[in-house]
Amino acid sequence: MQHLKTAKSMALAAACMAMFTGAALADPDPTAELVIEGELHLVTRAPSDDLTPYLPERYSGWLFRTETTRNLQMDDFENPAMIAVEAGADAWETAEGTNNQSCMDCHGDAEDSMAGVRAGMPHLNDAGVLWSMEDYVNNCRTERMDAEAWGWNSGDMRNMTSYISMQSRGMPVDVEITGDAAPYWEQGRDMYYTRYGQLELSCASCHEESYGLMIRADHLSQGQINGFPTYRLKNAGMVSIHNRFRGCIRDTRAETFAMGSDEFRALELYVASRGMGLSVEGVAVRP
Amino acid sequence: MLTRRDTLAIGLGASAVAMLPVTAMATPVDDAIAAFTGGAEMADTGIAITAPEIAENGNTVPISIDAAGATEIMIIATGNPTPSVGRFMFGEAAGTAMIATRIRLGGTQDVMAIAKMADGSFASTRVEVKVTIGGCGG
Amino acid sequence: MTEVRPRIRLPRRASAGDSIVVKTLINHNMESGQRRNSAGEPIPRQIINRFTCEFNGVMVIDAALEPAISANPYVEFEALVDGNGEFVFNWYDDNGDVYTATEAFEVS
Repeated sequence: MQHLKTAKSMALAAACMAMFTGAALADPDPTAELVIEGELHLVTRAPSDDLTPYLPERYSGWLFRTETTRNLQMDDFENPAMIAVEAGADAWETAEGTNNQSCMDCHGDAEDSMAGVRAGMPHLNDAGVLWSMEDYVNNCRTERMDAEAWGWNSGDMRNMTSYISMQSRGMPVDVEITGDAAPYWEQGRDMYYTRYGQLELSCASCHEESYGLMIRADHLSQGQINGFPTYRLKNAGMVSIHNRFRGCIRDTRAETFAMGSDEFRALELYVASRGMGLSVEGVAVRP
Repeated sequence: MLTRRDTLAIGLGASAVAMLPVTAMATPVDDAIAAFTGGAEMADTGIAITAPEIAENGNTVPISIDAAGATEIMIIATGNPTPSVGRFMFGEAAGTAMIATRIRLGGTQDVMAIAKMADGSFASTRVEVKVTIGGCGG
Repeated sequence: MTEVRPRIRLPRRASAGDSIVVKTLINHNMESGQRRNSAGEPIPRQIINRFTCEFNGVMVIDAALEPAISANPYVEFEALVDGNGEFVFNWYDDNGDVYTATEAFEVS
């Protein structure tokens, strides 16, 4: 394990964070409040526990963004991710497949049936296999609607996961990591601390040891996924969790894993567990 | 290895070159401005731009321009390959003259706004927006 | 292309003679023409090049947009509402398509 320099790097991280307070990029600004439409308060700071012994506190990625970016998320009209949510809402009611059924035919109103679903993802299915939300959606499509599966990162899938994710907005992330889920969680944890690529960086190198510091011109966050699927300004579109994992590992100049791979599902469970207590942000806005 | 004497000589040489008279050539920005104003002078009051000091991603930079009494507002990104960003004409049913939108900036640069006022005069202002490249892989 | 959905936000209440804030958003790639595909060929430009808003047939704003306007163009402006009426919004695509949205408005 790569934690020989923990004490030193934590001190360094603390010093660097102190340096940034008062500068133009005074993020994470722990006093900033994420309030949607002036009404819904989202939790962006949560207490840490044994799962994240090296994080003094859990911070949502929202806190690390500039004020301009943060503001985009606080208004449901200005939030460009809402386009995807609306597209997902329409798809929810669209009949498809040889059975000519829509999601609504079985699940009714998503506001009721999908409440809390995103907050508990990923989780074991009935057969004890770890599935992400995309797996559950495609399972319904292929097994029950007799329709074609959507590509993991297709526009249709991202619209649907955005819509479903919205139904958990404001709820705390809460994933099951004990029992049969434990082996997946441990696999994810091991990946998190494995150095990949020519740059030999692990997730922890940036997101645990260096959050708050700058990587080139980007303000490193804790790498939480409570804001996913997220509208990335860079893509001017929605980005899924596995897509982001893939990009991160590719950026270490490694042969990265595929979206929808077992490895990324395990990593997703582990990373989700590091954010327990933070609010699901529905659809977030990130640079 | 550069000695101090070398550095001084280079520095003096550079400032000498800078002081040579250079003929100004019309740039794409000049052309964009001239197309709008016809070369008229622009006052530096009566128009304001609100833009972030640092744009976290150049793909989507929210800006807004206020110019009470304007009939038309033009936005110019002085550092973009094509400086013109948009031209907004206000009609009879327009309210207070303002515009807010999101623009693409290819790099750190001045964003300029020019307003044409009801009496045919022009006003302009500019603000620097630092555009960051992004992190690992951008 | 995916379905184009214009979105409009008007204030809930206003009095006759008020200047109200109008917010508009439409999903569109605003392909600038500067990007290249993986084969290195330039991706042709396709943007919304013009946006208009009228209230009861009277022009509120007529905007000429260039490729430097971000994808999913957001345009916010103010309109003078002298009474009840209807807003008509038009977005003009390079390819000739015109996307239209209408929104009734009542003053209190």
